[in-house]
Amino acid sequence: MELAALILATVITAATPLVIAGLGEHVVERSGVLNLGVEGMMIMGAAVGFAGAVLLDSSWTGLVIGALAGMAMAAVFGLFALGLATNQVATGLAITILGLGLAGLIGQPFVGQPRPPLAPLEIPGLVAIPHLGPALFRQDAVVYLSLVLVLAVGWVLNVSRAGLVLRGVGESHVSAHALGLPVLKVRWQAVLFGGLCAGLAGAYLSLVYTRFWSPGMTAGRGWIALALVVFAGGRVWRLMAGAYLFGAILIAQLHAQAGAIGIPSQFLSMLPYLMTIVALIVLSLAGRRGAGAAGSLGQPFVPER
Amino acid sequence: MSDPAIPLIRCRGLTKRFGSLVANDGIDFSVAAGEIHALLGENGAGKSTLVKCLYGLLAPDAGSIEVRGRAVHLADPEQARALGIGMVFQHFSLFEELTVLENIALGTAGARADAALAARVAEVSRIYGLDIEVKRPVWTLSAGERQRIEICRCLLQDPRLIILDEPTSVLTPQEAESLFASLERLASHGAGILFISHKLEEVRRICSAATILRGGKVVGTADPRVETARSLASLMVGEGVSDVRPPPRHERGEALLEVENLTVLPDVVHGMPLSDVNLTVQAGEVVAIAGVAGNGQSEFFSVLSGEGGVVRRGRIRIAGRIVTGSSIGERRRLGAAYVPEARLGHATLPQRTLSENLVLSWHDTEKVGRLALNLRRLKQAVQTIIRRFDVRGPGEDPRAAQLSGGNLQKYIVGREIERKPKLLVVDQPTWGVDARAAALIRQTLVDLSAEGAAVLVITQDLDEAFEISDRIAVLTGGRMHPPVPTRMTDRDAVGMLMTQHHDGRGEAA
Amino acid sequence: MALALAPRRSVSRLRQVLTPLVAFLVALIVAGSVLAAMGKSLKIAAEVYIVEPLTSSWGVQEVILKATPLTLIAIGLIFAIRANRWNIGAEGQYVIGGMAGGAVAIATHGMGAPWILPAMLAAGVLAGVAYGALPALLRNRFGISEILSSLMLVYVAELLLDYLVRGPWRDPKAYNFPKSVNFDAAATLGPIAEGLKLHWGVVLALVVVVVAALVLARSLFGFAVSATGEAPRAANFAGFNDRRLTMQVFAISGGLAGLAGVIEVSANIGQLQPSIGQGYGFTAIIVAFLGRLNPMGALVAALALSMLIIGSETAQVMLKLPFDMTRAFMGLLLLCVLAGEALTRFRLVRT
Repeated sequence: MELAALILATVITAATPLVIAGLGEHVVERSGVLNLGVEGMMIMGAAVGFAGAVLLDSSWTGLVIGALAGMAMAAVFGLFALGLATNQVATGLAITILGLGLAGLIGQPFVGQPRPPLAPLEIPGLVAIPHLGPALFRQDAVVYLSLVLVLAVGWVLNVSRAGLVLRGVGESHVSAHALGLPVLKVRWQAVLFGGLCAGLAGAYLSLVYTRFWSPGMTAGRGWIALALVVFAGGRVWRLMAGAYLFGAILIAQLHAQAGAIGIPSQFLSMLPYLMTIVALIVLSLAGRRGAGAAGSLGQPFVPER
Repeated sequence: MSDPAIPLIRCRGLTKRFGSLVANDGIDFSVAAGEIHALLGENGAGKSTLVKCLYGLLAPDAGSIEVRGRAVHLADPEQARALGIGMVFQHFSLFEELTVLENIALGTAGARADAALAARVAEVSRIYGLDIEVKRPVWTLSAGERQRIEICRCLLQDPRLIILDEPTSVLTPQEAESLFASLERLASHGAGILFISHKLEEVRRICSAATILRGGKVVGTADPRVETARSLASLMVGEGVSDVRPPPRHERGEALLEVENLTVLPDVVHGMPLSDVNLTVQAGEVVAIAGVAGNGQSEFFSVLSGEGGVVRRGRIRIAGRIVTGSSIGERRRLGAAYVPEARLGHATLPQRTLSENLVLSWHDTEKVGRLALNLRRLKQAVQTIIRRFDVRGPGEDPRAAQLSGGNLQKYIVGREIERKPKLLVVDQPTWGVDARAAALIRQTLVDLSAEGAAVLVITQDLDEAFEISDRIAVLTGGRMHPPVPTRMTDRDAVGMLMTQHHDGRGEAA
Repeated sequence: MALALAPRRSVSRLRQVLTPLVAFLVALIVAGSVLAAMGKSLKIAAEVYIVEPLTSSWGVQEVILKATPLTLIAIGLIFAIRANRWNIGAEGQYVIGGMAGGAVAIATHGMGAPWILPAMLAAGVLAGVAYGALPALLRNRFGISEILSSLMLVYVAELLLDYLVRGPWRDPKAYNFPKSVNFDAAATLGPIAEGLKLHWGVVLALVVVVVAALVLARSLFGFAVSATGEAPRAANFAGFNDRRLTMQVFAISGGLAGLAGVIEVSANIGQLQPSIGQGYGFTAIIVAFLGRLNPMGALVAALALSMLIIGSETAQVMLKLPFDMTRAFMGLLLLCVLAGEALTRFRLVRT
């Protein structure tokens, strides 16, 4: 039981970056923009955040800096995809390639340097629950932030006026524009928020999850976050459930490799990627193929004058 | 300021140009309070442009606009709304997946889709007789119900002048009546209504004043209550566009299209299923399928062409051969030709030239080349089509997007006619097409049937259906009422049929 | 907004062709500025990237050799992207092709028969076709985005290669290095002529370029590919079957990527090892866009980027510039190309 609780705690830490990056991309896609640059923004967050943390000797500051780095990459994405109405798929790929390169450069001097763990926050009372208490209620602040973020994003999108406008813009930017709603401004806000989230998620990976920087350390988590958004089908809680499912797979894969089950480690490493495909197949078979995607997803918007 | 003699809105000498095209030329025009005023004219006469100027969407190049006696400069629709001008557009700005209440909230500044808004909507619906269910997602609604959302958005701003752009083009005759009742109630409360239309009977029914535009100028004003449809029509169109010449009585031949007990599931999001459709079209006749949008027309066209739809039961035969599972190419090889509703992006590739666009429907039956497309032959063929069907556009072989709606439609119809089809299925042959081109297209369809082809026309335009068809069927809620000879029915009867299965989308009426 | 986009009425051919060139120059200028700011010598950079590769026969051949796989993969991508099917996973198909060809080489090691090389090439192509068919199948049957599925399969392919090369296919005489046996002469794609480094893969690539250019520009299939990308409903109206076309372009793209893989493994690397990938599958995306999705353009773009990659290998030593720099430049270059393409369709106007 102790082991189970320990594993649960690590699953939460593994899932948190996926939750955060996924939420950011969810908001972006609800506004009608397809951002394939998440992987690049995440790794920039990981590298720049790590560098900042080492230079300023503060992981908390590093997290903030990483988030801002992600936002900066998102600003570049916005400049092209929103400002010049370039093809969103190709632009996102360009950002990912650019991000991977820059992150490698920035992180290079910091390879091999470890970071101390973040002080965890205990929720008094709940943490005393036997077995589960410490696992669930003694996590770092970012984990709790991710949960707050899930609730906040859900509320803003579904209850507030701003969220309604964002969903309208995503559903039909033509109708939104005809009604005088500020399509590009809303999308800019969504994209920058998405970058902030992706950057934070990346910084969390390097500063908390592994506490090391190594090149290419996101290992496709950005793409998995994109798959999670598809999986979520417009519902924030499903995004979170999917992220935790993937966190569990990632941890299970690590334990299986360490436990020398007899399956070659490479095949275990394949699990997250294969499971992504399987999850999407299951989604399709359950009849939810394409459901929940914003009506104008991926279409460039050029207002008629 | 409440002097009834001062018109709600007046424009003097209003002029608007688009490049070398003068859309509005020195227009003088006014609407009084309590008046239902018609703005008449054919497609392309300048009605939409004028109205966009009055609503602040376009800035006039010359002339002035006065609202209740005060000169104004309308920079954008927000200003127009602040001055009490509201507009209901022909094409709705709606969000399919969101609810009615959310749609109204989005069209209302600062509003959230909450109980307070729902209360205001209920109030407006009650006063003006608009039946609206606020919790339904828009994609489940008919065209008439969607229009009520737009009207509600407009009325929530408490306008003094309400402009409606071709409001009845998407309504059944009965829904139109319901709309007129609401408009009359609005007028009786002192609002002014500006009603754009090209449908003379309706205008005569409820309007107390009419201004007629032609070629961007005001060619007359009239009181529709005393004018006849004929006099209004001649004012609208000028030198009479000839009526379609009915062909000499000719023989009906074999059945070229047979649809038996067809039940189809849609394969597009929010499509309308078809149930138990039966129809036969014989050589030498024109059959029209009447019905307003959203009742399964696109789905029916799709399953007839083979482009889409999942056939659950039933059969389709072309020239006697079963084609139910066949591709569009196989159907074309049997002699079928298709003209879909959407010109750009469906019937044509917008950025390709007219000669390249021939490939789309010709490669199955004509010699266009497989390993190497025979571009020279295609260019020659296009010249023939341009000549024969009076297609006007820039250059010898323009891109599809460069042509006006009417000219592009003439090309598309011509492209199919040149293949000498045995069966021609057309969806909305003349929507958005200017009067002259529309007349040419209708004549072409009638001539084609006279030469022995079977012609099936799906149209929302009841007048058109009555003008060119030998039999009329009605498609509503995915079900088809059996066709009746056109001579033996009238608009009212057909209109009644159009309303019956209105709750469609799989639910029985 | 201070600036807005207004559509251009028409675009001259000259502008269309010049745009990628200008984009390349802009990217170079930006990169050059960054180099200068980092204190690197621009003179040395110019020598390393431009002068050296072009001024020796050896250098020119290296450029052509490296351009070969880039060209092959990019041509395949052009078919896919024109049809609006994003085969981001070409890298995976490349790896699988190399593996399949390598498998034949390993299995026939020491046999020395003339059919070995053709068998290797065929295996590479077929394996690439099969692997490329997977995203197509997933899209046709389940509506799964080919971007996500093809990308996930890249990781799978690379992990599979890693396992095989460290395990069952490892050369027992290689001191525990993760590599297969060195391919013998019968499994090596040889030079075209005595003294040349250029191998027959180069000729193959040129043939593919010409055939692709003709097919795309003149044939009905090429028309169908473009129509599907431009207006899917119109393509459906024409009877160009959407699912069949998806499978066809993925087969072409996968097959060409697989061919590139087996050629590289056979002619250049001479063995299987975990790093046969080298990112060609991703670089080829940039080649395709830089070449304006046109086979001839892609050929020129492949040569340009090949120069860049070769230069960067030298630059790692001479200028202490890590490869990540080149990768970042690629991303920047793609952005510039996309911006250039957008500016051929729109003008910027003040509001």
